[in-house]
Amino acid sequence: MKSEIENEMKLEFISKSSNEAFARIAVAAFASQLDPTIEELADIKTAVSEAVTNCIIHGYDKKQGIVKIFARLKEKEIILEISDKGKGIENIDIAKEPLYTTKPNLERSGMGFTIMESFMDKVEVESVIGLGTKVTMSKTIKPKIDNEESDEEFELITKE
Amino acid sequence: MESKFYEEDKLLIFKITEEIDDFSVQKIRRRADYEIERYMPKKVIFDFNSVTFMDSAGIGLIIGRYKFAKMLGGTVELANLTNSIKRIFEMSGILRLIPITNLETI
Ligand SMILES: Nc1ncnc2c1ncn2[C@@H]1O[C@H](COP(=O)(O)OP(=O)(O)O)[C@@H](O)[C@H]1O
Ligand SMILES: [Mg+2]
Repeated sequence: MKSEIENEMKLEFISKSSNEAFARIAVAAFASQLDPTIEELADIKTAVSEAVTNCIIHGYDKKQGIVKIFARLKEKEIILEISDKGKGIENIDIAKEPLYTTKPNLERSGMGFTIMESFMDKVEVESVIGLGTKVTMSKTIKPKIDNEESDEEFELITKE
Repeated sequence: MESKFYEEDKLLIFKITEEIDDFSVQKIRRRADYEIERYMPKKVIFDFNSVTFMDSAGIGLIIGRYKFAKMLGGTVELANLTNSIKRIFEMSGILRLIPITNLETI
């Protein structure tokens, strides 16, 4: 009965803040194939919003560029690659620290990476100065015990 | 965003009705600062009852309004936080400065 979902999608869009909502909604719609809870879906949307915003406001700053999202579904896991060809990050370890931001004047809080790390299972950052940044993050959707029926079924099986 | 000012209590309530991200926050910020400056409230409450999404842009938004309201002699409180919004505020540590209050949504 267990069917293994294997699926992929790619998304490319111009680095405009108005595309942030589009990006997270598109990824959420794609991720819904894994049957996540509302909470899990909210986590994914928030992490996507953080990574995409970073490409737009830090990677490209005021310049225009392309933000790419590559999403894969593998069994119960969603794997997301979100990348820009912008200015890159000098020191990734420092950038990831909570409250660290290079744009405090824009009321940035420096919590983007902390939120990605807390809402996803795994977050990896690759970056080269002048070439761009790629964030790869993944999350496994927990299996659901959805109704009493399956519990009874389980009991029957274990009794035999 | 909707707002209501209660003159007798010098209370200004903002009911945020949009998703909060780096894009939407610019408009919210402008409107909030304009009204805080205009009414000089003793207390500002942000009502999150209708907020279906918020990322870290919300942290900067609230810290910024907290500083601005404080400068003009007021305080800021937050109401009707969903679990995921509360988690984001908790992570940032701002709930130590800005309390959560009970509020029937306006
Ligand atoms: N895609 C990116 N390109 C260049 N710099 C980045 C990128 N993403 C993050 N950064 C750097 O890492 C810092 C921390 O990011 P983050 O935790 O999201 O906080 P914030 O966005 O609030 O500054 C940013 O201030 C920026 O200097
Ligand atoms: Mg960020």
